[in-house]
Amino acid sequence: MTFQTGDWVRIHSVILTPDERTSAIPKETRGVPLEMRVKGWLVTAGASIGDAVEIRTTLGRSYHGTLEAVNPPYGHDFAAAIPELLRAGEELRAMLAEAEGETT
Amino acid sequence: MKPIDYQSVMARRNETMLSALGLDYAPFLQHPVTFDYEALMAQVSYSLDTVREIQSRVGVGNTALIELRQINRLVRLLAPKGKGARIFVKDEAANPSGSYKARRAALSMHHAKEAGFKGAVAATSGNYGAAVASQAAMRGLDCIVVQEVFDSLGIGQPEILEKGRACEIYGAEVLQLSVGPELFYQFLRVLEETGYFNASLYTPYAIAGVEPLGVEIVEQMQAATGAAPDVVICTHAGGGNLTGTARGLQKAGASDCKVVAASVDLSGLHMASDTDFNRKHFTTGHTGFGIPFAGWPDRTDVPRNAARALRYMDRYLLVKQGEVFYVTEALARLEGLERGPAGNVALAAAIALAQEMDADQTIVVQETEYAGAGKQPSAQLSFARARGIEIRRGDPDDETPGAAVVIPDHPSRIKLRDVDLLHVRKSLIRKAAGLMPQGRKLEAEDIKFLAAETRSTLEFVEACVT
Repeated sequence: MTFQTGDWVRIHSVILTPDERTSAIPKETRGVPLEMRVKGWLVTAGASIGDAVEIRTTLGRSYHGTLEAVNPPYGHDFAAAIPELLRAGEELRAMLAEAEGETT
Repeated sequence: MKPIDYQSVMARRNETMLSALGLDYAPFLQHPVTFDYEALMAQVSYSLDTVREIQSRVGVGNTALIELRQINRLVRLLAPKGKGARIFVKDEAANPSGSYKARRAALSMHHAKEAGFKGAVAATSGNYGAAVASQAAMRGLDCIVVQEVFDSLGIGQPEILEKGRACEIYGAEVLQLSVGPELFYQFLRVLEETGYFNASLYTPYAIAGVEPLGVEIVEQMQAATGAAPDVVICTHAGGGNLTGTARGLQKAGASDCKVVAASVDLSGLHMASDTDFNRKHFTTGHTGFGIPFAGWPDRTDVPRNAARALRYMDRYLLVKQGEVFYVTEALARLEGLERGPAGNVALAAAIALAQEMDADQTIVVQETEYAGAGKQPSAQLSFARARGIEIRRGDPDDETPGAAVVIPDHPSRIKLRDVDLLHVRKSLIRKAAGLMPQGRKLEAEDIKFLAAETRSTLEFVEACVT
């Protein structure tokens, strides 16, 4: 599938390769590149995922990188309730209700 | 064209930062240790009233102060007879971008606009990004936020993803980086390319912008109880929150009010580790920032940090991750306030501290933050559970950061855990002494500076360096 100029996309680039990274970090971090992701309007015409492309950000600034996603969802949400916390909430309510009973 | 490799960009860091601040730091860099801190703060040429007016014009500040009556009843049930201070909370979530960070951004962006900058750059993974983006939008300034977001698998934890989304909503260009302190290199490159203002969290503007929070606390507590609070608790990370609030309390005349820091205990997790990155369930307000910044503030994107928390800190308390999630639940269930994690760190500490204080005393928890997708315990703990972190009820003292979150099985489990401030003070003084060139000793003026830096005495400083 190819995408058009003007599509809202996210690109990926490597800022520092592992050998360019500072030595003052843990080895698991030094073993991987420093990467960057930026969103913007696709400038390159007819590009596919994985292609080297140019984008213009919302401020009109230009970035080059690998086309990674087109209008990606944010992805984070409220997830599921935590039963351990729901129970804790009920216990706290009960504690206050019980104390109320004792004082009235 | 200047070279843009890592070494070249980092070698230009001082000149890049200076031209991006619109402030002259030279007078404060003449001595390796000592400088006039009040003169640094006086670079902000506005009076406190003017700062309040500037902020008021953009809807920042004057947030409600709410007494947590149900939680206070709970505290009295737990406390010995005659104990149980009343807890109040400053509802900073009501600021335009949903946190007290709007105060810091408001004054910085006012200054950036006045100084003729066309835009601002902020290096932050926290609420400050959204605050700068929001305040920049109000003034028609461009905003670029450089964030640490992903591990090397491209995975970001929900709270950080939410903070990135918020920046985008306010029109910022958001550069999302993987884990590592070399984020600073990318930040410098953007400053060089754009010539925009460095919206650092650590300029005098970013600290002076918090001072009205301390003043409002005193005014509102006087109206509510007839007196300034006995204790103000600040969630502590980089130190700006505590420094600005404490300075505001002093300016409002509340010199007897104790200022207490609180951080989430994340000991054992390395802040620059790609594998530990998504095993933290808090993105700020934790010991990974709080301890190093208390012990040495000059580790930032400005030549001299205006946030110097140890100058104002009377006590420093640690809370466990499970305690903060528990207290977040309590705040929603008992007080009807759904708020994000930041202020709830201080609230957890307040619940423990209130039990050792007298019933006629008062505590102010000086911030809340907005809640939204990604910020709730449901999002953070579901993410943790999916990554194999154990979540259970029990004694939070059994919690191991990165492996288990222990939600208290009873409110009496929330405890006071003091950071040894004597140790932190000694460490700062010894590090400062080590910065003196060979053959030069600390003079009387330096000793005096270090006593103020560490909220200690001349004798204490002298004992540390001899």
